[in-house]
Amino acid sequence: MFAKKMFTRGAALIALTTASFSTLAEEVNIYSFRQAFLIEPIMEKFTQETGIKVNVLFAKKGLIERVKREGELSPADLVLTTDISRLVKLTSQDLTQSVNSDILNKNIPSQYRDPENQWFALTTRVRNIYSSADRVGPVDVTYQDLATPAFKGKICTRSGKHPYNVSLVASVIAHEGEANAKVWLEGVKANLARKPQGNDRAQVKAVKDGLCDYALGNNYYLGKMLANPKQVAWAEAVSINFPNQKTTGSHVNVSGVVLAKYAPNKENAVKLMEFLSGDVAQQMYAEVNYEYPVKVSVQPSKLVASWGQFKADVLPLAEIAKNHEAAVKLLDEVKFDL
Amino acid sequence: MTSKKFSFYKLLPWGVTFLLVMPILALVMSAFSVDESGSFQHLIDTVLLDYTLTTLHVIAGVLLLSFCFALPSAWFIACCEFPSRGILQWALMLPLALPPYIIAIVYTDFLDFSGPVQQLLRHLMHCQSVNDYYFPDIRTTNGAIVILSLSLYPYLYLLLRGAFLGQSGGLFQAARTLGLSPLQAFRRVSLPLSRSAMAVGLSLIAMETLGDFATVNYFAVSTLTTAVYDTWLELGSLTTAAKISSIMLLALVILISLESYSRHKQMIYQRSGATHTDLRFVLTHWKKWAVLVFLWSLLSFAFVLPIGVLVYYAIGYFSESLNSQLWQYTLNSFWLAIIVASLALVVALLVNFYQRLSPGIFSKMSIRLSSLGYAVPGTVVAIGVLIPFTSLDLWINRQLVEFGFSRVGLIFSGSLFILVFGYLMRFSAIAVGSIDSSLAQVSPTLDLASRSLGQSAGQTIARIDLPLIKKGMLTAFILVFIEAMKELPAALLLRPFNFETLATYVYQFVSDEMIEYAALPALLIVLMGLIPFIVVNRLLEKDC
Repeated sequence: MFAKKMFTRGAALIALTTASFSTLAEEVNIYSFRQAFLIEPIMEKFTQETGIKVNVLFAKKGLIERVKREGELSPADLVLTTDISRLVKLTSQDLTQSVNSDILNKNIPSQYRDPENQWFALTTRVRNIYSSADRVGPVDVTYQDLATPAFKGKICTRSGKHPYNVSLVASVIAHEGEANAKVWLEGVKANLARKPQGNDRAQVKAVKDGLCDYALGNNYYLGKMLANPKQVAWAEAVSINFPNQKTTGSHVNVSGVVLAKYAPNKENAVKLMEFLSGDVAQQMYAEVNYEYPVKVSVQPSKLVASWGQFKADVLPLAEIAKNHEAAVKLLDEVKFDL
Repeated sequence: MTSKKFSFYKLLPWGVTFLLVMPILALVMSAFSVDESGSFQHLIDTVLLDYTLTTLHVIAGVLLLSFCFALPSAWFIACCEFPSRGILQWALMLPLALPPYIIAIVYTDFLDFSGPVQQLLRHLMHCQSVNDYYFPDIRTTNGAIVILSLSLYPYLYLLLRGAFLGQSGGLFQAARTLGLSPLQAFRRVSLPLSRSAMAVGLSLIAMETLGDFATVNYFAVSTLTTAVYDTWLELGSLTTAAKISSIMLLALVILISLESYSRHKQMIYQRSGATHTDLRFVLTHWKKWAVLVFLWSLLSFAFVLPIGVLVYYAIGYFSESLNSQLWQYTLNSFWLAIIVASLALVVALLVNFYQRLSPGIFSKMSIRLSSLGYAVPGTVVAIGVLIPFTSLDLWINRQLVEFGFSRVGLIFSGSLFILVFGYLMRFSAIAVGSIDSSLAQVSPTLDLASRSLGQSAGQTIARIDLPLIKKGMLTAFILVFIEAMKELPAALLLRPFNFETLATYVYQFVSDEMIEYAALPALLIVLMGLIPFIVVNRLLEKDC
């Protein structure tokens, strides 16, 4: 009896989830590399305005494989991700389709979208170098400085293999060539205070704890730590620095979106893309997540703006993505994480 | 009639085994395709040796340490009498309900520089900076070994305790009368008798360790699993990733087969199921205290302390983490785990009885193969499962369109089916293992007696074997249930839209290093794992 009930229940669950893809008309499905709770407020706003229901599937690994395997049957309309290399990978594996939207073209500056309209960046973020507020203070520093003897034993970072670091290495390769990049990376490795570990916030915490004086980290983490009662003390222990201001400019990465090749709800999906590039969503990205909006007319949050203007690296994002594989291999060659 | 029935017996287990192995076959096949990226060579040239050595280090360490935790615990509980034995006997299994990545995070928070332990130390020693004193770094290979052992030892404990309890006390007593000391009798009688359980337990632990990514990754330890992820997801070479996975699996299969071959002549069967409680040693004086300190410290480090920290966080962030969906996620996790545990039990009974009815190399293989999924990292299993089922879905839909029907969508790979299947593939090994070790104790002469009295094979199974392995079946069910409650990577990647389990919900926060918000749902995972555990334990105790 129990078993019977159990299996009918299971069967019903299975039937229900299968059915939900095909029957509901006004919806849009997102495969997201970003945590659902980060994008939920924005999606709720979209549903309020349009009545279109947004379904989100969050995972950090393997979503691209899943879309690829599902082929023409994939329920995914949009893939939402951080890091330029993933956007380019989706495009190069022929999992996307182009979107010709005046709204998108107007909202997103051309350097932040694919020339063929396959991917669109929604926010930008800077790879900053944090320094200890007590022991160092604000400094004019370059990524290249991190490999010099003056920084010996003073640097903390997360795993080199994390997309944010891989893209930074890729940008150095793009600027200086692979051979120079390798010398640089070896230098940085030799200067590390400890084996790469934890996430960007953990590095700031390590600076507070006195384990190191400098830490690599994206800008928005500082905003998030200041908003977290437990972490505010970590954030207050560091100064945020925009590297390479007198040279190439700070390395900037993006979060963005693509329209899936076989998107079943294409119209709704494009509507959502346009919404994400519009004032309301861009404002929310800026205020809630402390990222830089791509839309020029939308201002960053007060806190982020207080960190000042900075010079961003003008290297095309596609150039960085092109060197992604070389960067991963270089990180192996110098055994950065070991 | 008989021959038809006979072939059905064979066909079904092989069918099930094939289904479970299919995703791995898909992976192995892609390992043999031509690799244009050259990333395998790149790995050999750079980090493969380091990764391999680290992997061996981790596995050897976890096996050794789990063994040191589990063997004495199982022996003390099964064969000695001391205060609080009744509680400890089941409490020592509790760490199973706690996901290892949660223990890892809790301990890192607890033991790192700004954690309470080092704060206290600095306060006591009047130190300020990190350079003033030495404290072992937890985010190291050895840290990972300790944490993995603390969360995995219960497998071995559970199986060994069962084996010690199942052993006829008479044998041990006989050895004692023949002049052996308790330790000698233990080493020369009890230990060899429990080798099958030990082998199953250790191989489960080795497989789980090999398949782990979250914990070692959190400890910044790069193993072969890291290489699988890097080559697959960063360098985009499925071929290389599949190659590494295949080599890892092959090594494991060889190891397990060697072990099993080395005891192929050993046959141990229990004569009577009754345990001899009156034969337990009553521990006194320092022995009693030593045992109590050992067992209670083990339990504290593996369970009480992490739970305490979680409870502390959960109370502090209660209003933020309590929401209306939590109940739904709990139900999702619960039903999923029940379904998976039931199916895994069926699979385990099928392949094990196939082996019992027609022993031989093929049935042995079916047992081994159906267990392989456990040693593969969850994300790899997930993608391995996606390969055949998305192909099947695509094929079905194309056929339908061909014949003028409309598409039905991803009926297998887009529904809960694939999630259940992925879990099953990953956790069948646990059920297969525990049924294997309990069935091994039922003497085939019982089957022969029953058959010679005119009962059919089916009747013999139903009336003799199944009742005798009832405990093993319950254990298998609970273990899979608990694993399914904790399972993360396969759940993340295979679930349909709008379907969260407690584990995927916890991961959202944990992956953003917000453990405080994840504490309440994490405690729910533990709690849900404990309920069936306690219920069944009650049942078992009544039984004996």
